[in-house]
Amino acid sequence: MTTSVDTVVREACVSVGHDPTRLMDVAREVQARLGCIPPAAVDAIHHDLHVSRAQVQSLVSFYAFFDDHPTSQITIRVCDDVVDRLAGYDRVAKAFADELGVTIGQTTADGAISLQRTACIGMSDQAPAALVGNVVVTDLSAERARQVVAELRAHRDPQRLIKKLGDGNNAHPLVKAMVRNNIRQAGPIVMSEPRRGEAIRKAAALSPAEVIRAVKTARLRGRGGAGFPTGIKWEMARAAPGARKFVVCNADEGEPGTFKDRVLLTEWPDRVFAGMTIAGYALGAREGILYLRAEYAYLRAFLEDVLARRRSDGLLGRDVMPRRGFEFDIRIQMGAGAYVCGEESALLESCEGRRGDPRNRPPFPAQRGYLGCPTVVNNVETLCCVTRILDAGSAAFSELGSRQSAGTKLLSVSGDVSRPGVYEVPFGTPIQDVLALCGGRDATALQVGGPSGRMVGPADFERTICYDDIATGGALVVFDSTRNPLEIAHAYMEFFEDESCGYCTPCRVGNVLLRKGLEKVLAGRGEPSDLEQFEQIAKVMKAASRCGLGQTSFNPVLSSLQSFRYQYETLVAEPAQGRRRGFDLDVATAEAARIRAGGTQ
Amino acid sequence: MSADPSLILDGREIPFVPGQTILQAADDAGVYIPRLCDKPGLEPFGSCRVCVVRANGRTVSSCTYPASLGMVVESETPELQAMRKVLLEMLFVEGNHFCMSCEKSGHCELQALGYRFGITAPQFEYQFPHREVDASHPDILIDHNRCILCARCVRTSRDLDGKEVFGFVGRGPHKRLAASTGSRLKDTNADVTDRAIDACPVGALLRKRVGFAVPVGQRPYDTVPIGAPEPVQEARR
Ligand SMILES: Cc1cc2nc3c(=O)[nH]c(=O)nc-3n(C[C@H](O)[C@H](O)[C@H](O)COP(=O)(O)O)c2cc1C
Ligand code: SF4
Ligand code: SF4
Repeated sequence: MTTSVDTVVREACVSVGHDPTRLMDVAREVQARLGCIPPAAVDAIHHDLHVSRAQVQSLVSFYAFFDDHPTSQITIRVCDDVVDRLAGYDRVAKAFADELGVTIGQTTADGAISLQRTACIGMSDQAPAALVGNVVVTDLSAERARQVVAELRAHRDPQRLIKKLGDGNNAHPLVKAMVRNNIRQAGPIVMSEPRRGEAIRKAAALSPAEVIRAVKTARLRGRGGAGFPTGIKWEMARAAPGARKFVVCNADEGEPGTFKDRVLLTEWPDRVFAGMTIAGYALGAREGILYLRAEYAYLRAFLEDVLARRRSDGLLGRDVMPRRGFEFDIRIQMGAGAYVCGEESALLESCEGRRGDPRNRPPFPAQRGYLGCPTVVNNVETLCCVTRILDAGSAAFSELGSRQSAGTKLLSVSGDVSRPGVYEVPFGTPIQDVLALCGGRDATALQVGGPSGRMVGPADFERTICYDDIATGGALVVFDSTRNPLEIAHAYMEFFEDESCGYCTPCRVGNVLLRKGLEKVLAGRGEPSDLEQFEQIAKVMKAASRCGLGQTSFNPVLSSLQSFRYQYETLVAEPAQGRRRGFDLDVATAEAARIRAGGTQ
Repeated sequence: MSADPSLILDGREIPFVPGQTILQAADDAGVYIPRLCDKPGLEPFGSCRVCVVRANGRTVSSCTYPASLGMVVESETPELQAMRKVLLEMLFVEGNHFCMSCEKSGHCELQALGYRFGITAPQFEYQFPHREVDASHPDILIDHNRCILCARCVRTSRDLDGKEVFGFVGRGPHKRLAASTGSRLKDTNADVTDRAIDACPVGALLRKRVGFAVPVGQRPYDTVPIGAPEPVQEARR
């Protein structure tokens, strides 16, 4: 056993050339081969890679896809996102649990299969969904869950669970997934007919400064959520001193309800990689990294193949722009299950082999990013826009959309709609038009931009999707009149509580206080002062949190309180004389009663 | 020659050395900004957020944010003080802090800040988490009930003791301090003379068998508020 641990670790370390910053890859490899990263492996990694035990231990404990003790050969991770819950998560999870004879978090007695829950896996348009190993299983029902278990017991091969391949490249021999693209409205910009190689050829005719000018003229702003002007970000990184610079594509797509980057990576990978290459040329970087979330591991071999083809076709490597003396290559960095790693500085920490704690800013990544070098981090969709701008021209891009928000936006639509999927709409499109397109007839509440965005009610349906009205990274989750906004907010707070990195006080504590406060209100024990306290906590989280997670994670509560205040108010009441409504004598004395009854801790 | 660079802190011009943070500049000028995770000589960390200020209109942690020329910083505003109080209350309810039975009482920076901000009872509900005590080491004790995850011990051990005895594991509310080898302090090379033990602002990291060497009532913060100007501290001693 010990020798095999040592061998596995040694081979993993050799495969990354003993580069200590590649600890994520080493850990992933060890986890894949041993089914966990036990203390003996932590020790071995510490010795072979010359990183401290504290760093290895900390990393292993941080990521959801790493285990420090043996679990099983096969892990079933059932997605418990809100959309999956609407679609029947409870029934599916119960069927899995009953059939396996375990509860969530446990492993079968024979050590073969373990059952876990996981946050949104980017399949909200085909929920309920689960990951079995790396294999995505969609459109689950209780019956299908029982079949899955029976089949796994028989052949132990997750890949064989797939009966019918999805459309487009989901059926590619290197993907072989049952995932469907669900492209409902494509074009004219991001999801348009690909013209491979064109954009790079046109960029090569321009100087780097001219490329940046083209992106600025198009008025491109980041599609990952924050909306920062892309050209300005590139200019900063170009101006920052340093011989070595990096372009990073953020394909962490962790915001619950978002899945449009999944579709771009499946159907337009060349456009994504071209965008990275053009960014590299513009800012003087020769290296690119695609940070791919662990949940999308099923796309990895396919993407590696696309990269290999681009190398052999002279679209990557030495010959990208020979006359310009520009070369560029891209590697894929896998994540390991952590929403916060979508935050750009946490993402860079992860790429360097550490837990995903965001960094203090300044310095910003464009000044000091990956390995301390100037780094541009852009979203998948942003980079697709770049390719299109260089190919079709800035004017063709900016003639769509509104003044502050040029071009189109991909929306990931899910929830109570008849046509869930990806919609490309010009910026400035009213929400109600999107609802008409996707068949959200009974829409009562919308979560725009995912849980970190806001929950809006019918009063806001006339408003438009764009940076200066309702901004969104792309998620649009629709809830009909049967759903309770408070329960939705509660589920999202559970998500943030799980996904906070725990570094800073307001986020680490605030999410828990808000989640528990909602539970109190939902149980009919809230008081009007509790609602004031929610607002106070939100204010402190927004101002004092260290990164964008804590600066927005109160939004499910705050925005539902704004849009659906009456629903809260019917549940709270002033306390009867002298007694807080939240006070429960039995609960308060339970511990004492247990001790008196002779129980131990 | 131009004058030394300076910034404006609560209406007062104070000088700074390029590369300094706002907090360091304030300290040098004798202006106290409340803080917990920051400690002179350690790399700024920025976890407790108690040192929040508004710098040119943006709310930032003054322990990590660089001072810059002509920057306008607000610190003692009612809004920021209220925010600090909320953050302190969050830290109190997150752990189990029974000051009256804690050896650190009167030396504890969290308790002292509680007094400074007039916290009698936190407005938030106590979380009463179940946390462990690691008494495995012959001379040193970790009481996780009181740990505020400030990393002062982590940084001191790594950068001043040259040891890396401590690290963090887990995330979110489950984040906790861990001994870096195995999981218990006795398995590490921690020593009773380590400077890391003195770095702890609260009663989470203690030497064994030195209880109540200074009587309660005569401890630093029993008489002088934390952050009081030097002359006050001198006079009361
Ligand atoms: C908690 C958190 C999660 C994030 N997740 C993502 C993500 O999954 N994908 C993404 O592109 N940006 C994400 N972002 C935004 C990134 O930090 C960054 O702004 C973005 O990648 C920049 O690219 P853009 O300018 O092209 O939008 C996240 C931010 C936060 C605070
Ligand atoms: S805001 Fe949350 S996720 Fe961001 S640094 Fe603080 S604890 Fe970590
Ligand atoms: S033990 Fe003390 S110094 Fe170390 S992190 Fe906890 S509170 Fe900070």
